[in-house]
Formats: sequence, C-alpha cells, structure tokens
Amino acid sequence: MGSNELRVIVVGGGLAGLAATVRIAEAGLPVDLFSLVPVKRSHSVCAQGGINACNEVARQQGYSEYEHFDETIYGGDFLQHQPPVYEMAHMAPKIIDLLDRMGVPFNRTAEGMRDLRLFGGSLYKRTHFAGATTGQQLMYALDEQTRRYRSEGKVTAYEFWEFLWPVIDVDGKCRGIVAQDLRTMQIRSFRADAVVIATGGCGLVFGQSTNSVMCTGGAASRCYQAGVKYANAEFIQVHPTAIPGADKLRLMSESARGEGGRVWVPAVKKDGKWAPHPDSGRDPRKLDEATERWYFLEEKYPAYGNIVPRDIATREIFSVCMAGFGVGGGNMVYLDLTHRSREFLETRLGGIIEIYRKFVGEDPAELPMKIFPGVHYSMGGLWTQYAPKGDLKGMVKGDPRNMMTNVEGLYAFGEVNYQYHGANRLGANALLSCIFDGLFCGEGVAGYVREMGADPASQASASMYDEVVRREESRIKSLLSSKGGENPYQIAKELGAEMTAASTVVKSGARLEKALAKLEELRGRHERMSLADTGSWANQNLNWARVVGDMLALADPILRGGLMREESRGSHYREDFTERNDERFLKTSVAEFDATTGRSRITHEDVEIGLVKPRVRNYGKVGSKSKTKKNEPATASA
Amino acid sequence: MSSKNDAKGKAANTRTVRFNIKRCDGPGQPSRWERFDVPVQSSSAGSGSANVISCLQWIAANPVTIEGRKTTPVSFDCGCLEEVCGACTMVINGQVRQSCSCLMDSCAPNDGDEVTLEPMSKFPVNRDLFVDRSRLFNDLERIRGWVPIDGTYDLGAGPRETPEQQQQRYKLSECMSCGCCLEACPQYTLEPDEKEWDHAFVGAAVISQTRYFNMHATGKELAKQRLDVMSGPGGVSDCGNAQNCVKVCPKEIPLTESIGSVGRQTTIHKIREFFMGR
Repeated sequence: MGSNELRVIVVGGGLAGLAATVRIAEAGLPVDLFSLVPVKRSHSVCAQGGINACNEVARQQGYSEYEHFDETIYGGDFLQHQPPVYEMAHMAPKIIDLLDRMGVPFNRTAEGMRDLRLFGGSLYKRTHFAGATTGQQLMYALDEQTRRYRSEGKVTAYEFWEFLWPVIDVDGKCRGIVAQDLRTMQIRSFRADAVVIATGGCGLVFGQSTNSVMCTGGAASRCYQAGVKYANAEFIQVHPTAIPGADKLRLMSESARGEGGRVWVPAVKKDGKWAPHPDSGRDPRKLDEATERWYFLEEKYPAYGNIVPRDIATREIFSVCMAGFGVGGGNMVYLDLTHRSREFLETRLGGIIEIYRKFVGEDPAELPMKIFPGVHYSMGGLWTQYAPKGDLKGMVKGDPRNMMTNVEGLYAFGEVNYQYHGANRLGANALLSCIFDGLFCGEGVAGYVREMGADPASQASASMYDEVVRREESRIKSLLSSKGGENPYQIAKELGAEMTAASTVVKSGARLEKALAKLEELRGRHERMSLADTGSWANQNLNWARVVGDMLALADPILRGGLMREESRGSHYREDFTERNDERFLKTSVAEFDATTGRSRITHEDVEIGLVKPRVRNYGKVGSKSKTKKNEPATASA
Repeated sequence: MSSKNDAKGKAANTRTVRFNIKRCDGPGQPSRWERFDVPVQSSSAGSGSANVISCLQWIAANPVTIEGRKTTPVSFDCGCLEEVCGACTMVINGQVRQSCSCLMDSCAPNDGDEVTLEPMSKFPVNRDLFVDRSRLFNDLERIRGWVPIDGTYDLGAGPRETPEQQQQRYKLSECMSCGCCLEACPQYTLEPDEKEWDHAFVGAAVISQTRYFNMHATGKELAKQRLDVMSGPGGVSDCGNAQNCVKVCPKEIPLTESIGSVGRQTTIHKIREFFMGR
C-alpha cells in the first residue's frame, strides 16, 4: 500500500457490494472487497422474478418514473423517505440499460427488445427479467465486471473472510475494519478511508427463511453494537409464496403470479359463503373450477387480483389457512399455473419450475404448487442519511452523505440499508435498490474519500487498529474456553422458533413481550456455551457460535420496535392495533444498542413525505370504505 | 433437529440414516472416516423432505459418532440451498452433485439406509467436505470472462438480441461454477500449486463460459484473447471427449456442444493466425 494511498473497503459481495465496488474502482480508488463466500455465490443469486423500471411500452400506456415512485411509496405504506425513492425510480431505466450492456440475458420479444412482465403492486408491465433467475443473472454480470477490475489489480477480494467489527476513531470516524480468515482463523485489521457495509438481510434470525445460510444479519448487528443506529427493524417481509423444507423455505417467485398464477383453496359454498372443503386434500384437478375452488385474492381484490403486494397476499393466505381452508387441513394453499403451456412456463419461469420439481417432486405444469408464506426480506436495516435536493425530487448527486450511517465514513448499501421500501417492499424493487445504492451512492463514497485526502487512514495510529484486533481475539478466546454446556445450534433453533411465532404475520403486544423475555433467557444461555470444536483451523462451529450472539442482539430491536409500534402498517400487523396510525407512527423507528443490558433503546423520527401525501392503502379491496388510487387503469397492459 | 426423538427413542415416522463421512482436519492432513446415525423425518404435507444439508446441520448440533465418541462438527460449504449458488457440491454415494438437492426421500428412503459423503477430489481440501475452488475462478479470469463495457455511465441500451440467441445464452449463463463437471472429468486433475494453474486444463465449465462471452456482440471484442488461451496449454484441445461433464451438470448446460463450438472457433482462430500472422 502506498503511504498516502486512499482505499475503500466494501463488505459483502452481493449486488449492492459489487455495484459499489465497480463504481468506486471506476472512480479510480482501490477497493478491498470482503465476503463470507466467493462473491459469485452471494445471496443475490436467489432473487428470481425481475427488476422494475419504467420502459417505453409502459410509458406510452401512461406509466412513468413518477408512477414507479408513487407505487413504491404506496406499496411501502408511506413509511419511506421520499427523495431517495424518487431518485431510484428515475435512475431505474438507466440501470436496466447498463445491465443490458453488461450482457445480462434479459428475455426478449420477437423483435429483440427486452420483454416485460407484471409484478405485484402495479397494473403496468414494468418488470424486466431473465427467466426466473434474474438475481443470478444480474449477479453474474456484476461479478464479471468485478473480475475485470480484479484482473487489473484495482480490486482485491478477500473471500471466505468474515467482517468482525468496524474500526472507529476518537472523532467517531470509521477508519477500517477487523476481519477473520475463515480458513486460517487469523484475525487482522484493514485500513480504509471509507467502509461500505453491503451484507444483506437477517432471515436466519427467524430460523427458517428464504435466505441463504450466510444471511444472519451478523455484520449489521456488529455495526449496530458498535454504535450505528438500526432503523425500522420490525419491518420484516414475509413472502406469500414459499415451499416448506427441512433446512429452508424455498422461494416461489412472485413472477409466478405475475405470469398468471392463481392462488386458491379447496372450498364449497354454504349459504352463499365459502366454507372449507370437506375433502380438501383430494386431487386438485378433480375440484370444480366454479363451485369447489375459492380464488380468494381475485374475489377480494378485483383490480389487482393475484398481484396484490406481498404483505396483503401473505395475510390473506395466512388467514384462510387459520380459518381452516388450507389444503388437506394443513398450512398450504394452491398456486396454480397449470392453465399455462409447458413451453410458456419453461421460457419465462424455468428456474422456479425446476426448483419446485427438484425439491417437491411434482410438476407445476401438471399439478398446482402447494405454498405457504415464509420470512423473506428485511425492509429495516442500518440507519442512513441522504442529501435531498431543494425540491425533494431526488438526492444531490455525488454527495458524501448519501446512505452514510450516523458513523462518518461508514455506509450501508442494499438490503442492509433501511431506505427505499418503507413498511413493505414491492416485488422486483430489491435488485433495483441494491444496484442503485452501489452506483448512485458509490459516487458519494468516492467523493467522501477524496475529501479525506489530508488525513488518510494509512497514516492513522496503529494502536487504534491493534486494540480492536485484541478485543476480537479475546472474545474468540472466551468463546473457545467457555464450558457452560449450552449448544449454539439449540439456542439458534429456539430463537428462530420464537421469532417466527411472535414477530411475523400477526403480532400482538402480549406475544412480543413474551418473546422479549425469551430473548433475555437466550442471551443468558449464550454466555454459557460449550463449543464442540475448539480447533484453530476452519472452525465453522466457532463462527456460528459467535454470530448467534449477534443474531440475539439484532432480534431485540425487531421485537421491541414491533412492541412500541402500536399500529398496523405494511408488513407489520398488530392484532391489538389493526389500523394505521399516521399521527403517532408515520415515523421511523430508530434503535440504539445499550451495551450494558444488551437491549435496544427505540426512538421515533419523522419521515420526509413532502412529495406524496399519505392516503388510504387498500388496493381496492371489496367492501373497503374508500377508493385507493387516483387513476387506476382499467386493465393491465397487453 | 429435535432432541425429543433421542429422549423418547425413535418417534413414529422417523427413520435412521447412517452417514459415512470422509473427514480431514486441514490441508496436508490425513483423512479418516466417521459415521453418524441421523434421525430423518418422513416428509409429510407441509414439512418437505430432509436433505444432505439438513442432516449435516443435525450432525453439527449433535456431533457424536455411532461409537458414541464426541467429535467436531463436519465442515462443509453451502449457501442458497436451492441449487443456484453452486457452493455445496460434494461426492455423494460416489456421484458428484449439489448436496442441497440430494433429498433423503429419494437417496435414503428406508430405515438403516446409508449415505456416503466425500469432498470433491479435484480441489484441495480446506477441511472435511469444504474444498478450495479458487482455480476455477482463476480460470474465468484467464479467459477474460466479462463483457468489456465502456464504463457504468448511462450510454443507452445494449445490443438487441433475438429470443433464440437469448435462450441459448441464458442456458450457458446459468453455470454456477459448482465444479461438478470438473470432478467428473478424467482430464481435469488436482493441482494444488497455484503457479501451475495458468497451464493446467480449464475444464468444461470455463470452455462453456468462453463460448458464452464470445456469443455476445460486445463480449466478442475479447474473443481473440480468449481463443489464444483456448488454443494454448490447458485449453480446449486437452479435452479427451469423455463427455462425463454434461451428464453431471446440475443445470443441464450443453457442455459438449460448448466444447465443440469452442473447438471449432479455436481451429479457425489458428488458421487465421497462420495465414495473417499475429
């Protein structure tokens, strides 16, 4: 390292991390990229359905970037700051063009244009896709561009390295990180003039989820424990359509519904009302379309039908199952694509059809799929700031404040950032927000680092770094020597079960209180573990035991934020407070870690709603009192 | 992963599957076999089948061999658990495959069935079933596996493409660098020495990626450099045409077609070089 050379660290090699890496390297700054896995294997590969952007067809039907912005705000139940969303929606078409230039094999029309499909929360086709593995395809394109910079020596990748702690100086500026090599178990510090955390979500806090095994929220939790604020933790998206499994819940993309998939349960009409079918486990093909199948989403939401947003679909599916309508009396409903041709399914949904066939052993072209909601995405995340334009229509380009946390020089991009999605994320907006953060806000990082030129991390005192390394080493040593008998896998399992029971589709004050008490117990037991492996080479047992503690820390604001939010909004539904309460809670929950108790302190701060005024959000549900939207087109585009 | 079954003895609808696992403490260490009995629930409506990963997770929580000896949890690599990340490749009952999609319902349906797990043999072992596939990523760099764009600024759309070409490219782009094709290939051999990687055989996955990038209108710009690698040591001519690769590819990528295509491109490239000079 040159003595005065400026450097940036990016932690996380998913879409957000790689987009940031590419943009920052392109700005001429060397990047050190840290990842738990070879970056090509990051969790972004699991995204299936697509990526939203206004496009020429939709535009000529009356859609616009503004509509995309408005849908995202409405979908998020008005909880997000509006200027960043405005900027994102307006940059979206350019992001698609860029990905196209990078070689992403987007599906094509006969004329060779990028094909489009419908997605939840919109009546226009504005979702671009590559089969049903869009995330994988976008990841690979960015992995390839990163590889190019790696080959030129502008990016150094540290794969199979785990981020342990940010290094923060006496002035409160982030000056690097401490990380651990997952093979040699070596712990060392790395200097940097800015650090971008792009480590995704925290699905594993809930035990089973649609997330990959590394999505523990560990890195976010460590930043939070080091003093970074954590916002809107209670907003966890439960995806309506997942397949249950012994090790994880496998996602069945929303694109299945976007491409015409119909959700139904076996039922019979009694006195004009639907009742559970007496033989609901029988061959679904033998159930009569009109009299034995209740298409409950289509019936309740005539405008949007099966493409209502995720929080609504999830609650409806959950509630029909709770009312005894589930297939065979269990917790499952049908997601039916059997009316589509095999060829159509292969070219547009091949990836997910394959997953269903492999993991369930049935063919979705022949039999309707059996699905149930599963924990999927974290709208909340590390608290970040932004620099709004004077008229609030977007962010100031290149401003160092964009997506910087409360710790100077420490940024949060992608799912780990709490911005953009409010109380509920619309399908196919996640890939967009990840890449947008990397590209748009990456520029601010480069600007910030250049401003730091006079005081580079390469010249900072070594003792600051050594101190964090020593603290991390002693933490590991105490984990290895602990002999309390508790098993980290058992603690994680109990945490997951408790979180799923208390804090997913339906919550209540009493249940959340109970879960907080359980959390207290688990925190105590985590102090009394015994590790089955105390070795010093590729010790996965140790890394797991450590991150279980970080999951326990992060579970606290998820529960406590939910307890304090006495309203229902987006993904957060309280059976004891069933209405949205803008007066009290059109606010961001901000959690700060209290090191003495291990708990969070929650405060609330205002949301910037200067562009779109909050309105009733019911997606035109039959029987609801007020109309939803100003100008809903009568039908979806052709 | 319930301990209730242990306390009460075997619960109804639970069977025991015996895992024979080849273990190794680290690079250069000898390997050994350990056996574990894992309770597996029959899949029923709403629960889904157990797979190799859920069994390894059970062993991690209960690391005791059939002899009753306490041991360390087995190290293994995994990620998405839905066969798109490519991390969890192992040799299972002698066959290389993704362990997440290896369901107990089909692989060990009966009480007492045995499952043998080994690490891939073509890559250095980090520990147990966790191997180091850096060479594969090095080879993607060797062939310049990227589209040389002019930068990330807004320069309009990419090239138009027919649906037929898109479908062909998409199929190739599904390669998740899992390494199954390399494990099955007789010509691809273990090479722990990094210095040798730039001469060693690249194998089917990387040949197919060469074809993929050469198909793209902008990607083509680097075709010549890629074909230089493909016509050099470790290039496409090292392929012995065993055709094992295509049989084990979990994504059913037409690897032999790719090898044929890159072989032809390389021949033309060499002829052109011969007549036109470099």
